[in-house]
Amino acid sequence: MADPQFNKRLAWISQLQAVRETADRAAFAELFAYFAPRIKSFLMKSGTTPEMAEECAQEVMVTVWHKAHMFDASKASVSTWVFTIARNKRIDMIRKQRRPEPEDLPWGPQDAPSQVDTLALQQDTENLGRALADLPPKQRQLIERAYFGDLTHAEIASETGLPLGTIKSRIRLALDRLRHAMN
Amino acid sequence: MTQSIKHHLTTPLLMGYAAGTLPEAFSLVVATHVSLCDECRAALAAFDAVGGETMLAAAPVAMADSALAATLDKIAMGDTVTDVPHRTGPYPAPMAAYMTHPPKWRKIGGGVKQIVLHTGARATVRLLKIPAGSAVPDHGHKGTELTLVLQGAFADQTDRFGVGDLEIANEDMRHTPIAESGPDCICLAATDAPLAFHGLLPRIAGRIMGI
Repeated sequence: MADPQFNKRLAWISQLQAVRETADRAAFAELFAYFAPRIKSFLMKSGTTPEMAEECAQEVMVTVWHKAHMFDASKASVSTWVFTIARNKRIDMIRKQRRPEPEDLPWGPQDAPSQVDTLALQQDTENLGRALADLPPKQRQLIERAYFGDLTHAEIASETGLPLGTIKSRIRLALDRLRHAMN
Repeated sequence: MTQSIKHHLTTPLLMGYAAGTLPEAFSLVVATHVSLCDECRAALAAFDAVGGETMLAAAPVAMADSALAATLDKIAMGDTVTDVPHRTGPYPAPMAAYMTHPPKWRKIGGGVKQIVLHTGARATVRLLKIPAGSAVPDHGHKGTELTLVLQGAFADQTDRFGVGDLEIANEDMRHTPIAESGPDCICLAATDAPLAFHGLLPRIAGRIMGI
């Protein structure tokens, strides 16, 4: 738990909670300072002009504020959640397409995020980030190009070299629990 | 339902959807399959996480000095409320924005009916309704064809496909899907290139059907 990167992930969760519960501007400013420049960078690497990337990154942070109540720390890390908002804004504002989203699952109040699940998922995401950084440069670049939009699906390799099994199994278990609760 | 699905999304489709780079027609098929399949929902969460970590690894680019203030001003203007789409009959929620009520089926020959849901620059997605026992004419593919079963089942030279199953056909595949007995087979089908029909009549039919 002394790992600073891991603690940073937990801090983002608290900051998002403060935004949601008390409309805390200082907490939002911390999230903004960390994420906005990275969203902007991601959009520019996807071929967006700096002006449009700036505008779009601001819009992403507006959505982060408004949708803070929908974030569930046992299902995703804040970095994953912010990424999905940024990706959707890119489709909407820059590619001007609709984005069909999967049906929402009825995660009920009986399924309040457990602290154990939350910590485990944050750790899984942290490990995934490290595995990505440790990939041979060529392989890492292929993944980056896929996410920055330089590759078509036909050009994406079926082997990523990333250990996705752990995070996938953990979410799969949470889904199984939800299905049992629904029955 | 989710346990009985045998044919799933592949890494290129999951990663392309997570990256937001698939043609809209393909995204609709992916979102609809994920609505039916917990296995792929979990896999997609993993690919979203890869996207998040890829974004974090990018060297930050400074925002304008006034950016935070401008963002707080936009926040103060309030949120726009959007309706949450829901499932109708065999059609999962992501399809709601593409359908009319009641659905307007058009006959395209051989008892087969279709509704074109979306045509984009890179791909087209349609609903097909194939009466039990009928066949879609023998065809090959120039690009990729995704076929997701929503009702009934079909079988072709490769396997049987029931509700929630996704068949991915590429250039090297030529097949004649036949609907099983029972309810009409309804499929969501997306293509990023016209299908190549074999035989003169199917070729003409293909032109009329626009597939």
